[in-house]
Amino acid sequence: MNETNDERPTTNDQRRTTNDERPMTLTERDEKVLNGDFGTAPKMAMNILVQLGEVLGADELLDIEQVHVDGCIYESEAHLDFAEKLASLEARVIVPTTLNATSLDMRHPDAWGYSAQWKSQARRIANAYLAMGCTPTWTCAPYQTEFVPKFGQQIAWAESNAIVFANSVIGARTNRYGDFTDICAAITGRVPKYGLHLAENRRGQILFELKNIPDALLDDDAFFPVLGHYLGKRAGDKIPVLLGLPHNTTQDALKALGAGAASSGGVAMFHAVGITPEAKTLQDAFGGSTYERVEITLSDLNAARAELSSADGSQLDAVVLGSPHFSLQESLRLAELIHGQKVHSSVEFIVTTNRIVREALRARGVLQTLTGAGVRLCEDTCILLSPMLRSEIRVLMTNSAKYAYYAPNLIDRRVVFGSLRDCVASAVQGRVVREEELWRVPGDE
Amino acid sequence: MGTIQGHALNSGNAQGEVIFTDEPLSFWGGYDAREGTIIDKHHALYGEHVAGKIFVLPSARGSSTGSGILLEAIRLGNAPAALILKRRDAILALGAIVGRELYNKILPLVIVSDEDFEGLHKARFARLDEDGAIEYE
Repeated sequence: MNETNDERPTTNDQRRTTNDERPMTLTERDEKVLNGDFGTAPKMAMNILVQLGEVLGADELLDIEQVHVDGCIYESEAHLDFAEKLASLEARVIVPTTLNATSLDMRHPDAWGYSAQWKSQARRIANAYLAMGCTPTWTCAPYQTEFVPKFGQQIAWAESNAIVFANSVIGARTNRYGDFTDICAAITGRVPKYGLHLAENRRGQILFELKNIPDALLDDDAFFPVLGHYLGKRAGDKIPVLLGLPHNTTQDALKALGAGAASSGGVAMFHAVGITPEAKTLQDAFGGSTYERVEITLSDLNAARAELSSADGSQLDAVVLGSPHFSLQESLRLAELIHGQKVHSSVEFIVTTNRIVREALRARGVLQTLTGAGVRLCEDTCILLSPMLRSEIRVLMTNSAKYAYYAPNLIDRRVVFGSLRDCVASAVQGRVVREEELWRVPGDE
Repeated sequence: MGTIQGHALNSGNAQGEVIFTDEPLSFWGGYDAREGTIIDKHHALYGEHVAGKIFVLPSARGSSTGSGILLEAIRLGNAPAALILKRRDAILALGAIVGRELYNKILPLVIVSDEDFEGLHKARFARLDEDGAIEYE
């Protein structure tokens, strides 16, 4: 490490770091931005993107039409410094830009026991992004708001589950953006032209064929996160193609699948033949290229399901649902299941969601059903992004593969994975109960 | 003793003790920016102090938040003295790029060939220059 006072490189010649590298071709406007003609903030953002493009070996930049930013999470002081630096330079986003879940339930900060210090830092970073003109959606499921991108649109999205949903289910085009690149894209409207922005890189790479999976399991909410977890482990950062999902697979099921695959692996896109828009047929999904074929059996899925549980026994301290943020449909289904029952006094029941869903539930009169049963709604954030669980809570139950995958390491809690029905039954009884029949392999004792 | 010509993704000079791994590392959840140590329990270098050393690894892996963790380490002075990688890695490169933009601190980052990477396996000390040349012993 050393300090430098060198002039920042600005022109193509000066940007050249070694002799064998051809610098990117920039448009006249890119050069002007890089030169500072539009201000210091766009200059800084463009400088970062151009250097990134050269690292990636991109030839040029391309226009994007929408951005989803997850830099609004208070991960460290450096993240805050970066946001406040751009805000202090009066940076403004020039394309519609949504904000991810952040590190605070901002309308109910005192409901969750955050420290004063935490509240202050989380608000500062949130305010910096608001000052730049981002839209306060505060959700990791921006694809379930009014800001849904269109098929084929070039976008720059952060947040792994949102990225995989945008690419796979919507057919919008994004790479895995995140720290720093998301807001730089929003300020300049540009990103390096490479990866999933290009049609030739969006074809399937491995075929996964579901083999003899019982219909009743295909119809259960727990099937999809387990399948996602399995896919992430097997596909790594390749593009998996799924054959055998029911044609009526819901958006929420694909959301759970993608979130699982983006947690256990680096999956940024999948195809489901006959369901997702770039995979009308098997041939469509692979675009003529050759591929490896893997069969997925019920035994494989049982193994994946077991991996998602890091606790055994019947101890249960909390049920936590909503990673990605619980949708209106998921919340209505929960209300149906829990109606007329009470969460056990020894169990905390938390649903992490966004303001849009809470207000929709309120308008339908369903919020009362949930809160009356003892369910607490948390908005804008989640248990992985903010310290909101009481220290006595050690064992969680969830139907989210993402919560199940990350909670042991990130927040030091053990997890039992179950279906939505399992979660409700367990919360009511005050101990873990799971329906095993759906997962039983025929012939096994 | 040896000399390698690498490709500088973030140019700078550095020298120090070499710490080598052939296993990718997720900086998010794997690198403690406050201590400059590896905290991924599944990683071969778990518990090792890496701050101030020439860290040789194939690439990062995992979440893009790794960029911010590296930046936080740079801010606190707990980053490696330099990174020598086998693959062009956007996560680590971004941390280094923003380190220069935001804090005016240079974390040199050099890419080397697979063969040269293996050659660094037993290196104890290395010196890098701005053109990506690496001398080691």
